[in-house]
Amino acid sequence: MPFEWIVAIRYLREGRAQSLLILAGVAVGVGIIVFLSALISGLQVSLIDRTLGTQAHIVLRRPDEMPRPLLERDGPVAVTAHVERPAQRLRSILQWQQVLDSVERMPGVVALTPTVTGSAFARQGTANRAVLIRGVDPAGFLRIIDVGSKITAGRFDITGTDAVVGSELAAALGLTVGDKIRLSAPDDRSEVFTIRGIFDIGNKDANERWVFVSLRSGQTLLDLIGGVSTIEVKVADIFSAESIAQRLSARTGLEADSWMKTNTQLLVGLRSQNTSSYMIQLFVIIAVALGIASVLVVSVVQKSREIGILKAMGTPTRRIIRVFLIEGALVGLVGSVLGVALGAGLSLFFASLAKNPDGSPTFPVDLNLALFLRASIIATITGVVAAAAPAHRAARLDPVEVIRYG
Amino acid sequence: MDDPLLRLEDVTKDYGERVVTRVLHGISFTLSSGGFTALIGPSGSGKSTLLHLLGLLDRPTSGRILLRGCDTGELGQHALGRLRGRTIGFVFQFHHLLPAFTAVENVMMPILADRGRADDEMRGHAIGLLERVGLADRMHNRVTDLSGGQQQRVAVARALSMTPALVLADEPTGNLDTQSGDQVFALLRQFNREQGTAFLIVTHDPCLAARCDRIIELVDGRITSDRSGGDGQWDSASDRRDGRCGD
Ligand SMILES: Nc1ncnc2c1ncn2[C@@H]1O[C@H](COP(=O)(O)OP(=O)(O)OP(=O)(O)O)[C@@H](O)[C@H]1O
Ligand SMILES: [Mg+2]
Repeated sequence: MPFEWIVAIRYLREGRAQSLLILAGVAVGVGIIVFLSALISGLQVSLIDRTLGTQAHIVLRRPDEMPRPLLERDGPVAVTAHVERPAQRLRSILQWQQVLDSVERMPGVVALTPTVTGSAFARQGTANRAVLIRGVDPAGFLRIIDVGSKITAGRFDITGTDAVVGSELAAALGLTVGDKIRLSAPDDRSEVFTIRGIFDIGNKDANERWVFVSLRSGQTLLDLIGGVSTIEVKVADIFSAESIAQRLSARTGLEADSWMKTNTQLLVGLRSQNTSSYMIQLFVIIAVALGIASVLVVSVVQKSREIGILKAMGTPTRRIIRVFLIEGALVGLVGSVLGVALGAGLSLFFASLAKNPDGSPTFPVDLNLALFLRASIIATITGVVAAAAPAHRAARLDPVEVIRYG
Repeated sequence: MDDPLLRLEDVTKDYGERVVTRVLHGISFTLSSGGFTALIGPSGSGKSTLLHLLGLLDRPTSGRILLRGCDTGELGQHALGRLRGRTIGFVFQFHHLLPAFTAVENVMMPILADRGRADDEMRGHAIGLLERVGLADRMHNRVTDLSGGQQQRVAVARALSMTPALVLADEPTGNLDTQSGDQVFALLRQFNREQGTAFLIVTHDPCLAARCDRIIELVDGRITSDRSGGDGQWDSASDRRDGRCGD
């Protein structure tokens, strides 16, 4: 083992109480960082998941002459991108097959599907509800929004005149699987559908209003034979959705709304949450650094005699500096391993405290290797940086002083 | 090489910035390889100061110190440290061992600090030295668990671990009882005879001084006498018994 490591490790072992204290300090600091990051990113991941559980990353539609309502303003955090239009005739995206091909070739796009979406009424006996017809190709659509796994009764089966409705609508109309409903478009075309499945995708609006039918049924009902009203797109990196949307819009001439654009407020919220989390982490790091530095300064003073002896023996100054830098790094590394365990334990404990009815934690935590590595690397670097001042103090010690008065 | 091991040319040392005290006044002498020299003088005469200059731990205010003809004043701090580690060993009054380490580790430390990495050969060398100073059975003890005399013998072994050309000892027996002191002194003499290592020993004990080949006396920062000693014929223990040589 190199000289520096031998001496550094021996000194850390020797100053047991001090080393434990400083390790505890680093561990608590790293623990706070891990816990805070896990909690915040867990909440963010679940917020985004919930938002993207009911909307496509990007929705392409034919530009509207009508002013569209500004959903972003005062909207709930998770809003659906599908705006109910005033009763006007739907218009198809022109040459949507070619558009589909061109969108598919856009880098970053991983899935896409054409849909026909428009307002209608659902009638069951005397009850009547305004709904949103979602005429989709099941295989393609389920890759964009996974309704298939959110089915609470029946199956996601929309062949022929089969339909799948949301749980709220089913409750309001007293529907169960196998029941029939009449769907009628504003222009009074109507058709009877059989309920094959009921879904609950965790969004009240969607559960209340969405009715899935096949693409063909949707086209017939909404008087859009051979056409589609929207193309829904999934991208690989959700945070590149807006830039891809802009490129798609430029390429196709269509209006392209990314989830980021329709959820500006959510994003602003997440961003400011990140900023405050970084601030807290920064102050924790500074506190940890000061802790390490002060303990090491004390240990340099306590060991000035030994440092003097080492120098008198001809130990190069850089080796003495390295001894202390290694001490700082070791303290940071070992402390951060303890801290990661502490933070992870705390996070899991916290997540187990409160549970949703479905068993998922109310406060989901996002623990991952990247977070652990980041915390350890930060702590180790902090240790080295904090050790720099004590190390230089040790380097400046005059061995003659030590030997004369030692 | 014709150059002596160490040559001092008109070396002075001042302390203080506003009130300057001259501790050493124009010291000149040479130490040759394999010499066994005592440096004596009253307290405060500048012996330790001179030793630190000779050991390249400190730099003179004026004058030159040449190590094998090389002017040490022209060397940078780093080179000076290297040169010191490789050519000069130290034994101090307060043994100055590293308390966190065992006896072998202390003896290995100068080589380790010089080469950067421990190896078995280094360890073997250290063990050999400890055997020669009679500490074969105490090698793996923490130095804090050893007696004063044993610690000083570890310090002697450490001073010799780099096989230096010169060992400087500042009152190496000053803190020890007569018996341990004699033991340590005998060891120094033994290494001097067997390996040709030069020694300069600061001592207050005239009996020890008398057992050296050469005696330099320092009074108030000036050399007042530089004579040959009793070439080691005296037996200080019997001298003390006879009352010829006491404190
Ligand atoms: N750093 C310093 N600053 C000012 N004066 C100093 C310093 N170091 C030593 N001196 C003075 O230099 C003089 C010589 O000191 P030195 O330690 O060399 O004497 P010594 O001969 O070794 O004495 P002793 O036998 O007591 O060890 C003393 O008067 C001392 O006070
Ligand atoms: Mg002295």
